[in-house]
Amino acid sequence: MDTEVTLRVDGTTYTLGVDTRTTLLDAMRERLGITSPKKGCDHGQCGACTILLDGWRANSCLALAVAHDGAEIVTAAGLAMDGNLHPMQQAFIEHDAFQCGYCTPGQIVSAVGMLDEVDAGWPSAVTAAGDAEVVLDEAEIRERMSGNLCRCAAYANIVPAIAQVARS
Amino acid sequence: MRPLRYARAQDVPQAVRMLAAAPYGAYLAGGTNLVDLLKLGVATPELLVDVRRLTSERIEDLPDGGILVGAAVRNSELAADPTIRTRYPVLSQALLDGASGQLRNLATTGGNLLQRTRCPYFQNITTPCNKRVPGTGCSAREGHQRDMAIFGASQECVATHPSDMAVALAAIDALVRTRGPDGDRLIPVTELHRLPGEEPGRDTVLRHGELIMNVELPPLGFAANSRYRKVRDRASYAFALVSVAAAVDVVDGVVRDVRLALGGVAHKPWRATRAEELLRGAPAIAQSFADAADAELAAAQPLPGNAFKVPLARAAIIRTLLDLTGDAAEDGR
Repeated sequence: MDTEVTLRVDGTTYTLGVDTRTTLLDAMRERLGITSPKKGCDHGQCGACTILLDGWRANSCLALAVAHDGAEIVTAAGLAMDGNLHPMQQAFIEHDAFQCGYCTPGQIVSAVGMLDEVDAGWPSAVTAAGDAEVVLDEAEIRERMSGNLCRCAAYANIVPAIAQVARS
Repeated sequence: MRPLRYARAQDVPQAVRMLAAAPYGAYLAGGTNLVDLLKLGVATPELLVDVRRLTSERIEDLPDGGILVGAAVRNSELAADPTIRTRYPVLSQALLDGASGQLRNLATTGGNLLQRTRCPYFQNITTPCNKRVPGTGCSAREGHQRDMAIFGASQECVATHPSDMAVALAAIDALVRTRGPDGDRLIPVTELHRLPGEEPGRDTVLRHGELIMNVELPPLGFAANSRYRKVRDRASYAFALVSVAAAVDVVDGVVRDVRLALGGVAHKPWRATRAEELLRGAPAIAQSFADAADAELAAAQPLPGNAFKVPLARAAIIRTLLDLTGDAAEDGR
């Protein structure tokens, strides 16, 4: 059975009828032609489909579209402004932070969302208890980005790319 | 995935009525486990009642010094809450040790408690599994045993409960407030989940249509000295082989009070009551911790493929208690 939902993706509003079983990922990729979020595992185990959902990073493969009617979504493609790359996109290029590129949109969106979480003062599993301020060292970046797998193992370049943006 | 209906209730009473009237319905919150199970064909509800915007998203102080956590509070927000980090660090750490940043932003407090086992046979509809289809058998007993239970399993099921958060909640004697067709209930987290027995299909004592409204954290001063330790096959973004949630109150070198719970070892968070009894009044030294761990693990009945969990749990218990009691305990070896 179809339900009408409205989604705002990268600044454009879309209204579409979706089957109740349709995830945000499939609504974007199969119905709207928005292929920036990638389908890796489709089970919340790889992070390739990561989007910003109402401002926070989330796995779009596990979110049903009907449950997120009216959502504000940002994909990696929507991070660029006025034809200019987002600093995170630029840093990934400068640091050669990918090989095949399939996980890259999810990595970039996740990294942007992760830095927002740091700004909000959120701890991670490796944050020392009682730390007033998070020091985003390599261990912190690796832990906070552990939800994004890269089968090419470009981690060695992904970490410094994110660190560069974090410093600026 | 089978076709299914989706409904968003106007309020909690309507949601409860909707689900009570649908024997094959399920509540949907964050969906991080349920949507996955729908895709796998493991969960086959004909109706989803969305409660994500119905229950509380607030973390509130209670008059008695405890804290009330709304069922819709996201795992990430609960973990980051300054009061939780200060008064119940074990809970914050358990949440941060679970899943990933983007999953914690979707997952809710109520949903986390009700997530299903990650037993590979439960999640694979081509294999026999008593939990998924009663009476078909248990593939894990003679199969891949690494992740299975060492406590409280039955002939019918050896699966473990996957939640980290629930282990911390069991340790601090948290309570779950529910609302169902028969009214409200207050259930200790230690009694929320069941051992499999002859009905492994039932993870919890909740009745059909019963909705988790809040989780209540009782005042527990010494929980400020608590921590969660998770041991797993990779350093992050993996389920526990063994985990330990502990809080200790040491006065003049003696354990005045202690809370200890284990994860990854049973069909429910395993409150280590035997170890707690031995520890209360004992000197806060490594030998006491080892004796307590041994007493608790004496009841373990591991399978050949997960016998390693016994010494692993022993070491994790001792290490966690040493971390909480400082170097003074180590000198007492």
